[in-house]
Amino acid sequence: MLKIEDLHVYRGRTYVLKGISMEIAQGEVVALIGANGAGKTTTLKTISGLLPMKQGSISYKPDRTVQSSSLAGTGVEDIVRLGICHCPEGRGIFAGLSTAENLMAGAYLRRDKAAIQEDYQRVCKLFPILGERRKQVAGSLSGGEQAMLAIARALMGRPKLLLLDEPSLGLAPLVVATIFEMLAEINQQGITILLVEQNAVMALELAHRAYVLETGTVALSGPSREIASDDRVRKAYLGGRT
Amino acid sequence: MSGGYILQQLVNGLILGSMYALIAIGFTMIYGIIRLINFAHGDVVMIGSFMTLAFLQALGWPFYLVALAVMVGGALVGVAIERSVFRPMRGAPQVTGFIASLALSIMIQNMGILLLTAQPRNFSFPDIFQQVITLGAVSFRMVDLVIMLTAWILMIGLILLVKMTRLGVGMRATAENLEVARLMGININRTIMATFAIGGSLAATAGLMYGGKFGQIDPLLGFVPGLKSFVAAVVGGVGSIAGAICGGYIIGMAEVLFVGFLPPIYSAYRDAFVFGLLILILLFMPNGLFGKKSEDRA
Repeated sequence: MLKIEDLHVYRGRTYVLKGISMEIAQGEVVALIGANGAGKTTTLKTISGLLPMKQGSISYKPDRTVQSSSLAGTGVEDIVRLGICHCPEGRGIFAGLSTAENLMAGAYLRRDKAAIQEDYQRVCKLFPILGERRKQVAGSLSGGEQAMLAIARALMGRPKLLLLDEPSLGLAPLVVATIFEMLAEINQQGITILLVEQNAVMALELAHRAYVLETGTVALSGPSREIASDDRVRKAYLGGRT
Repeated sequence: MSGGYILQQLVNGLILGSMYALIAIGFTMIYGIIRLINFAHGDVVMIGSFMTLAFLQALGWPFYLVALAVMVGGALVGVAIERSVFRPMRGAPQVTGFIASLALSIMIQNMGILLLTAQPRNFSFPDIFQQVITLGAVSFRMVDLVIMLTAWILMIGLILLVKMTRLGVGMRATAENLEVARLMGININRTIMATFAIGGSLAATAGLMYGGKFGQIDPLLGFVPGLKSFVAAVVGGVGSIAGAICGGYIIGMAEVLFVGFLPPIYSAYRDAFVFGLLILILLFMPNGLFGKKSEDRA
């Protein structure tokens, strides 16, 4: 579905991604783990068009019937239109807008009013608390509710590929568990997920496959189970002893 | 001092405040979305007055058409300012944007003097606007009534637009977080342009009102009302539309009351009172009346 080849990205003068390659198949959950500054967020931002690529290619094939197209030089807006929705680091909730308005902002590019309403009902079913707080200003929601709102807002764009940047950040373990359950459910509904996480244990549990980034290169990749049992990963990210 | 006199002054304050509010809305919306004060905003008021003069007196268009053309013209001026000055400055340090818009303001004023001369021009609205309406102890001209009603209609329309429409949600989302707004697929260039168009349109309309009310216009007329409306936006809490409207009325009211109730020798100091009031309000409410706390402000 998404194929990244030899991607090099600079942020300002800093050389962040030094030639990474990865692939995501339709229906998968792929985890991207690694230490701070390894380039996880940069990878997501490059896919969604916020950062320009210096070299390499990203090609995207929304479904089987469509030819794959290159995302290089495609504007953020058009990438959203292609069905790639990015749920940013720190959630990026519009604090002054109501919960319902946040959700509507997620469907900004869509014109199909009836289907938007349908999706709105569906995310409110998935996250009942959001339906209850629809008129409340999003800034007054709890951290966990905001995290749910950020995911729900991305779902309102009818994504084919969902990019998630640290959905568990700063949340209590119980809330994290709930959110990961939701993600599994979302994936079962047919949405492909690329998940960036610090919480490697949870991420590897959910994901089918994983990539480990180390200072801008892919250090390791493979099925989650294999990654989870890799000695280096256990030591560095899972807090396990060898 | 009679009750009628006080009432009359309050009505005068409402009229002046309506104009300040319309201008202040532009300041506050533009600041809200790009975190920059457009110092040339007052000059759009001046451009609006001269457009009115041209359409009404030189071209002899009917009044409703003039009003419409001034609103559209003001929107275009707003867009031109965004495209020529603010868009190239996006991402530059805040100070650069301030200085650039200050430069633009000075340039517009001087171009006005060059092209139109600094000589004030007489401005006359159709006779119907000069009709005096007397309600009990209060009297005002038709033009004053039109100014107030138009301002209210425009402000209600704007609030509905920002609250209810897709563009409004896009504008508020962009104002809160530019990058995340882009991730929603919101075209921020178009949204920012729309904001400048709305601000320009309201300012030009205030320019039309200014000409109708004071009967004389010159290329520097935008400066002082621009500055006072900026004060109004700051008093209301810059970034908040409701704040700008309240701020506009507070400043308009304060100015009229200072002049109306202090001995006449002080009336020349009306501007000093307005700015003194600004300092006082900011001493006690640094974020203005409706401003959010803990946000970086200019």
